[in-house]
Amino acid sequence: MTAVLLLLLLVLPWIVPPFYQTLFVFYAIATLVVLGLHLLTGLAGLTSFGQAAFMGVAGYTSALLALRLGVSPWLGLLAGLLATLVFALVLGLLTVRLKGHYLPLATIAWQVALYIVMGSWVALTGGRTGLSDLPPVAVFGFELRDPRAYHYLAWGLLLLYALGLYRLIHSRHGRMIRALKGDAVAAASFGARPPSLRLWTFVLAALGAGLAGWLYAHFVRFVNPSPFSLEASIFYLIMAVVGGVGSFAGAFLGAGLLTGLEQWLKDLVPLVLGKSGNYEVIAYGLILVAILHLAPRGLWPWIEARLPRRVPDPPEGEGLPARAEPVEEEILLEVEGICKSFGGLLAVNRLSFSVRRGEILGLIGPNGAGKSTTFHLIAGVLRPDRGRVRFRGQEITGRFPFETVRMGLVRTFQHPHLFPEMTVLENAMLGTYPRTRAPMLASMLGLDRTEERRAAVEAFRALERVGLAEKAFLKAGALSLGEQRKLEVARALAADPVLLLLDEPAAGLRAGEKRALAALIRRLRDEGITVLLVDHDMELVMRLVDRVVVMHYGEKIAEGPPEAVQRDPAVREAYLGGVT
Amino acid sequence: MLAVRGLEVRYHAAVAVDGIDLHVEEGEVVALIGPNGAGKTSTLLALLGLVTCRGEVRYRGEVLAGLEPEERVARGLVLVHERRHLFGSMTVEENLLLGAFARYKRGERGIWGELERVYARFPRLAERRHQLAATMSGGEQQMLAIGRALMARPRLLLLDEPSLGLAPLIVQEIFGILAGLKAEGTTILLVEQNARAALELADRGYVLEAGRIVLEGPAAALRDDPRVVEHYLGIPGEESR
Amino acid sequence: MDPLIFGFLLSDGLINGALYALVALALVLVFAVTRAILIPLGEWVLFAPLTQAMLLEGKLPGTVWLSAGLLLIWAGLDRRRGRTPLWLFLAALGVVGVGFLGRSVPALAFLAALLVVLPIGPASFRIFFEPLPGASVLVYLILAVGLHFVFQGLGLAFFGPEQFRLPALWPGEAALAGLPVPRQGILLILAAAVLMVLLYLFFRRSLYGKALRAAAVNRIGARLAGISVREAGRVAFLLATGIGALAGLLVAPLSNASYEMGFLLGLKGFVAAIVAGLVSYPLAVAGGVLVGVLESFSSFFASAYKEAIVFALLLPVLAWRSVSSRVLEEEE
Repeated sequence: MTAVLLLLLLVLPWIVPPFYQTLFVFYAIATLVVLGLHLLTGLAGLTSFGQAAFMGVAGYTSALLALRLGVSPWLGLLAGLLATLVFALVLGLLTVRLKGHYLPLATIAWQVALYIVMGSWVALTGGRTGLSDLPPVAVFGFELRDPRAYHYLAWGLLLLYALGLYRLIHSRHGRMIRALKGDAVAAASFGARPPSLRLWTFVLAALGAGLAGWLYAHFVRFVNPSPFSLEASIFYLIMAVVGGVGSFAGAFLGAGLLTGLEQWLKDLVPLVLGKSGNYEVIAYGLILVAILHLAPRGLWPWIEARLPRRVPDPPEGEGLPARAEPVEEEILLEVEGICKSFGGLLAVNRLSFSVRRGEILGLIGPNGAGKSTTFHLIAGVLRPDRGRVRFRGQEITGRFPFETVRMGLVRTFQHPHLFPEMTVLENAMLGTYPRTRAPMLASMLGLDRTEERRAAVEAFRALERVGLAEKAFLKAGALSLGEQRKLEVARALAADPVLLLLDEPAAGLRAGEKRALAALIRRLRDEGITVLLVDHDMELVMRLVDRVVVMHYGEKIAEGPPEAVQRDPAVREAYLGGVT
Repeated sequence: MLAVRGLEVRYHAAVAVDGIDLHVEEGEVVALIGPNGAGKTSTLLALLGLVTCRGEVRYRGEVLAGLEPEERVARGLVLVHERRHLFGSMTVEENLLLGAFARYKRGERGIWGELERVYARFPRLAERRHQLAATMSGGEQQMLAIGRALMARPRLLLLDEPSLGLAPLIVQEIFGILAGLKAEGTTILLVEQNARAALELADRGYVLEAGRIVLEGPAAALRDDPRVVEHYLGIPGEESR
Repeated sequence: MDPLIFGFLLSDGLINGALYALVALALVLVFAVTRAILIPLGEWVLFAPLTQAMLLEGKLPGTVWLSAGLLLIWAGLDRRRGRTPLWLFLAALGVVGVGFLGRSVPALAFLAALLVVLPIGPASFRIFFEPLPGASVLVYLILAVGLHFVFQGLGLAFFGPEQFRLPALWPGEAALAGLPVPRQGILLILAAAVLMVLLYLFFRRSLYGKALRAAAVNRIGARLAGISVREAGRVAFLLATGIGALAGLLVAPLSNASYEMGFLLGLKGFVAAIVAGLVSYPLAVAGGVLVGVLESFSSFFASAYKEAIVFALLLPVLAWRSVSSRVLEEEE
């Protein structure tokens, strides 16, 4: 299939008339931008209304260097991409830490401002008339002047970018980018630094647009502001949304469809409405609105759902290397006098306890006793108002989970924080993120194969340990609640935990599932994993744990072996409630 | 007053409520008890239309399907949410007045009189009428949530975990207020972890487990049922040993 | 710079600032209640004076049919909601009637233009936003962008590319501290101040206004209290359209109006709204004034770049917000 398409692409310029040859070059250029938007908007959940401005930065940079200094377009490409990178880094740094809607707003502002500069700085950019007579791109002295020759340059560069992006999306980074969109807390709990991951996603998308801008400039060999306007940016976004912003193939589909449709609308709309004008703009707007209403996920997902799916073979071979240094500390976790209040309500009050190596410690208490808050304080989602948390001798108070997970402090979530669109195996592989190290560039160049295979093996083994291996290639959204909890545990196991934090793992499980869960936790303890279990199911906790800490009303009211704690009058009072 | 048949709530693939039947008669207090995650809260949310569900919900003879939550509130079906969902940046009095919004829109009079009655019932709210809701303690917020619901003059009051996260003394106070409401003839469907307190107050009860009703009957009978005693009324494992 | 020019630039900036402040207020209001970033508001702001201009020329503008048409679609969507469709149908008829009236009585053109444009906002909310409840901010944003295209295209179709000049409500100039200031500008500033006071009273004193605030503070809480979040959204859109249309009608006599100005106007209101973090009304007003004054002074020093400079204002604001935010936030 792929071979056929590639062959078709090779012979295409020789079998279609020149008009379509040109159209196909524009198709490639648009796809470059839209692929970037697939990564940025579809996978990372960030929207940019400024991609055309990035095209403009690269296009103008190369044009100016060529016209003013006689620099070769290839050096112009480098300079253009460098300029794009700088602008993207600045914009990205300003916005990636903010909530979702600031980035689109900032990109609108940046797009409008840059467009004005391109149109107004006449001395440099030639204003609205632009710069003409750009030199053609030459390959080994052969000048690519006609669309037939340019076809190979444009599609060649597009395929390179697409390949890199495809590899990235299917690497540890890609999984984390997708995870980040759904749930930044869960992503951070498995080692992702949300801001930097977002930043590099933004930069990569901008570079794709920069490449497209350079291709555009040296194809039409003329630059003026209009192809780099906000309208153009939005048009690319529409392409992405129409094709299916969440799917790779959707980028090709949407870009192709709308590049064609644009021509068609330009011819057709005046014909139907009798006069020329901005009517195609109304049509675009309505198409966008209609697609958001009818198929919010775009056309490709609609097609994909009707194609047969191939189930891959389970991964085999060697897993990832285990933690190098043995765990020697006797006390793994020490919580010292932590306090946390919300709006005057004291949720946790001077709580201290510690977790010893090799034990299962239960943290229990009636609903609202402050268990969940305590859990969040340890896991780094919340920062205590006072007090300290130490893990393996190091202070981790208020440290972010993406730091502590590398030390072996791994958590699960009470309400499963899984990614329903990803497969069970991919979800489990998220756990291996802190244990793998291939940087983004290596992933894009395909140098992470060995590590990826080992990560898959490791994740698959974790699935086997919890008994989910046969569902490895299903979407996580298809699992029952009990299976989702197992997957939560499997993902944590894939991170090679020293101390496993389990947040209400039994909530909502049926009796049989609870027994299986208890057996699993006991087995993990026997394999050397220390467990801190937060739950309020007394029955489960008392049968499972070695020691318990009982919380009530934000404070510790008892600590010790289960039998002793059960007899404690304060505990009985707390559990029975004050109304008797 | 309320008749539910085959109620089913799903989140993605997970089933939260798995086809339950229940009914509440006028003037009754009915308790819905069960462990965390059993589907109690989902049941209440479905009754109010805050989550999509399957099955039939009849309230005062009317099928509720297709009605927005606010339309159900206007019909006197009022929920005190587990998380309370107060308007934190608004004052106590504003919160209370907004509870009567559906009545205000209908042009009903007597909202100020209602406010005075709520203040009489919760003197602590009267003292703090100009304080922002977010700055109050958990117990006071719970009172405010109940007070806000009462402002709508509920025909059927749905209460989700009113004792959640409160100190025993406050729980006692809240249940005292609920007993007062019961004595005045308010119909209540009560979801509660604190099974003992709930069954003391209620006339009848249902026990929910993993989305299904496993036991039902008069509250007094449930209080003595060995399964309920073991799981919800005492420290587990002790009595059975 | 001599004091006269300074005073001139300042008064100019304050007049424009009042306009941006009103647009920013409308944007913040809509965002707080519906989570939608209302990009097409700029178009609606311009629709009002353009409609008035057409009426004064004795023509019936397309906005009349647009407004009536949207109301009819709304009536169609709500056909099972009791008497609602009937009222909407009557409203559509009323819009057409008001259009004809405004065409024949020039003194009423101002009011007619306001009434014609007013339903476009809430009807757009009902038709385009309501069917997607609980969509993300992003989806709403893209939706809003799509609508911006539609309304901008319609603006060109209805009014053509020409610029229109409208008669001032309060013609002439007043001398303030020796400085000639257009009376219409003073009127705009006064109107903005009065609107702000009215909005304040509405939100603080009336139960209806409180309900709108409640819907913005806690959507589930609002529904528990019997407040319809959908209705709150429609009211927010109605208020925003009203504020915007009034601002447009008042500012048009000071500068020419054409269909394409709406977008930039909306974006500047937007910059002001972002200064306010999209939540604070007083900060939105301050942001609007800041944008107006900044624009006025930069038009003196670098007139070609005045817009670019206004948008560059965003960068320090975003940088400051970025520094003061925590990396991880639990999203609900």
